[in-house]
Amino acid sequence: MGEEEEKTEQVAPVLSVAPGPHISAARSMRRVMIDVLVALVPAAATGVYVFGWRAGMQMGVCVVSCMFFEALFQKLRKRPQTIGDLSAAVTGLILGLSIPWTAPWYVGFIGSAAAILIAKMLFGGLGSNIFNPAMAGRAFVQACFASEMTTYLLPGKIGPPRAVEIISQATPLAAGKFEQVAYNLQDLAIGTVNGSVGETGAIACALGGLYLIFRRSASWRIPLGMLAAAAVVAGINQALTDTVMTVGHHLLAGGLVFGAFFIATDPATSPLSSRGRWIFGVGTGVLVMLIRLFANVPEGVMYAVLVMNMTVPLIDRWTVPKPVGGRVQK
Amino acid sequence: MTIAATTKVPPKRSFARGVHPDDAKSLSAGSPVEVLPMPKSVLIPLSQHIGAPCESKVKPRTEIAVGDVLGDSDAFVSAPVHASVAGATAAATVVTLPNGQHVGAVPITASDQQPLAGRALWDDIYGGDWPTGTIDSFEPEQIAEAVRNAGIVGMGGATFPTHVKLARNPDKPIDTLIINGCECEPYLTSDYRLMLEAPEPIIAGALLAARAAGAERIIVAIEDNKPDAIEKMRSSAAGAGVEVVGVHTRYPMGGEKQLIVAVMSREVPTGGLPLDVGVVVVNVATAAAVARAVLRGKPLTHRIISITGEGVVSPKNILAPVGAGYAALIEYCGGLTDEAGRVISGGPMMGFALGDLDTPVTKGTSGVVVLTEEQTRKAEETACVRCGRCVDVCPLGLVPTRIALAARNMDWEMARRYYITACCECGCCAYVCPAEIPLVQLIRAGKAGMPRD
Ligand code: SF4
Ligand code: SF4
Repeated sequence: MGEEEEKTEQVAPVLSVAPGPHISAARSMRRVMIDVLVALVPAAATGVYVFGWRAGMQMGVCVVSCMFFEALFQKLRKRPQTIGDLSAAVTGLILGLSIPWTAPWYVGFIGSAAAILIAKMLFGGLGSNIFNPAMAGRAFVQACFASEMTTYLLPGKIGPPRAVEIISQATPLAAGKFEQVAYNLQDLAIGTVNGSVGETGAIACALGGLYLIFRRSASWRIPLGMLAAAAVVAGINQALTDTVMTVGHHLLAGGLVFGAFFIATDPATSPLSSRGRWIFGVGTGVLVMLIRLFANVPEGVMYAVLVMNMTVPLIDRWTVPKPVGGRVQK
Repeated sequence: MTIAATTKVPPKRSFARGVHPDDAKSLSAGSPVEVLPMPKSVLIPLSQHIGAPCESKVKPRTEIAVGDVLGDSDAFVSAPVHASVAGATAAATVVTLPNGQHVGAVPITASDQQPLAGRALWDDIYGGDWPTGTIDSFEPEQIAEAVRNAGIVGMGGATFPTHVKLARNPDKPIDTLIINGCECEPYLTSDYRLMLEAPEPIIAGALLAARAAGAERIIVAIEDNKPDAIEKMRSSAAGAGVEVVGVHTRYPMGGEKQLIVAVMSREVPTGGLPLDVGVVVVNVATAAAVARAVLRGKPLTHRIISITGEGVVSPKNILAPVGAGYAALIEYCGGLTDEAGRVISGGPMMGFALGDLDTPVTKGTSGVVVLTEEQTRKAEETACVRCGRCVDVCPLGLVPTRIALAARNMDWEMARRYYITACCECGCCAYVCPAEIPLVQLIRAGKAGMPRD
């Protein structure tokens, strides 16, 4: 004991003082973002399989540009760099996965600029943004490059290397809406159809999504609410009309599964409480279907998410949870 | 009253949300309580409780004996303090307690002749017989009076004067007394050792406290990570009319509101107290102190303290006099290791970091946890990313991020809308926050800064 005392006197440890709790189980934002990147691997791999190298190019351009624009913004504003939290990489990957494989490289580049500079950083950065950056960026390029964003064939009417050929290679939702042709459900599940880079493979998206939920890196209420609500609306539509698009078609085609797990669950732009998340998920699911069925566009995930993003402050206000012990303060 | 109806719901032995930190109790759980050799001097704070501080009742350079009153107050919500060693007083000073309070304090230089030391001191406090046969001969007021005079306060850390809890209130009858043996803070093992080594005074104190408060039912609640303590308390309680239940190991199970939900399925109203639902909660060490006060006429002068954590050379549980310095306790445990980075008074979730190791321990000091620099290292604070994790773990169902934001902006209307005053400062929210926002600190500051309406 004498020895130990001497030792501790020689090297007096430096003691720190800080408010509690003094231990932490926090997983850093970077850790959560790595989870999201890992969860996106199956969808990205499906994209590369179906669409070839152009898919990889879209993802690469967007990831690099998003990180570049965030670094640039922080540098110009003389603020500490934040790209280390990898949220810009996630935004880039999601953006890259949600644009057509045929789009020229500058579409992704400009979309990234809009996503990061306008939708994210001008609003105050991660957590302060109102709109999902990837969807805001996509909406921006959709407005600027309407034809590039809706053409799913390369010049010379060349379709994707590994997609089944139906009706001049239209996307499944467009085929269903405008040509009354339904794709084979199996192709929709695997993803061997035309569409945006990462959203065609429903199974791949769901696999990654389940991983996220298993890791508790995303809320399960939002995807469940969104998919269930979309299924119900699609079911009503199937029962009341003579559409070729069954519930299965609506669930598996387009960006619904991808959006439910990876876009609507963006924490910064979704509600805080469990009740709020249910409302948000169900609202998004219903909106997606209303747009698909009644608007003049085949797909509605992007608009649905952006519209629901605007309602988040309201939802948060309405759904202040009841404290244990009731609302009335004694 | 709706109490009878709600009791029929089978209790879940748990509560919603909360967190599961590594309990890290094995460091000191196996060490039987050792009696601290008499320190050369102690410094006894005149306010070791929530409520009115005491006024000094002794002059400097007075010879005093163990148990002499050093300070007292006429206020109802207060508790006297007593000398924990025999010796001579010096001029009163001011000391800063770990929670930041500045309070008056009386220094005592211990004399060479202490009436009790070592095993004899243990026996006087926790050993020997604790006859429960005579308990019905005490009047409830008599018990509450003895508890007040003994200076007993909540020893789990809350330090609310116990006689106030036990005083009968005709408008709010009590039907159940819960004896809190959860010790849900990681690392701490002082209550655990007490339950293993001295279950009898806990049971006797429980019976006395129940009689004082008028409770018919007595339930000892212990987290199920301490099966041997549950076993021990069960065999001690046999035939005494005291139930012993195991509750889930989940932080903050030892919080009164969480424990009452787990054991009784009753919800204390927001901003209310356990007595609003007919319950009083008393910590195990407090119960033992009640027994000693009533049956042996001795005030609260000593307590068991866990000195533990990866930053202490040999973690122990120590019976120490109130007023002993943290430095003396740590030294008795072999000192700090080279890696030691933070000394915490209390547990790592709700305890306070110590800047000065010469601070004295008080009646509410359940432990000293020394963590390494690495364990307490935190990433830099960033903006809230709205991940909702804080909401998912708050045991009171609050929205910590919004309360903290309101407190930061001093938006009191918003703070109230999000029930700032309901927060029990358990720290679950900050424990999980990936943005490392000091949520509890902000909420605490908000509560303190908020205008009273
Ligand atoms: S845990 Fe932290 S980052 Fe997440 S919502 Fe709460 S305060 Fe914000
Ligand atoms: S808000 Fe208060 S009660 Fe809720 S987790 Fe945070 S500290 Fe605990």
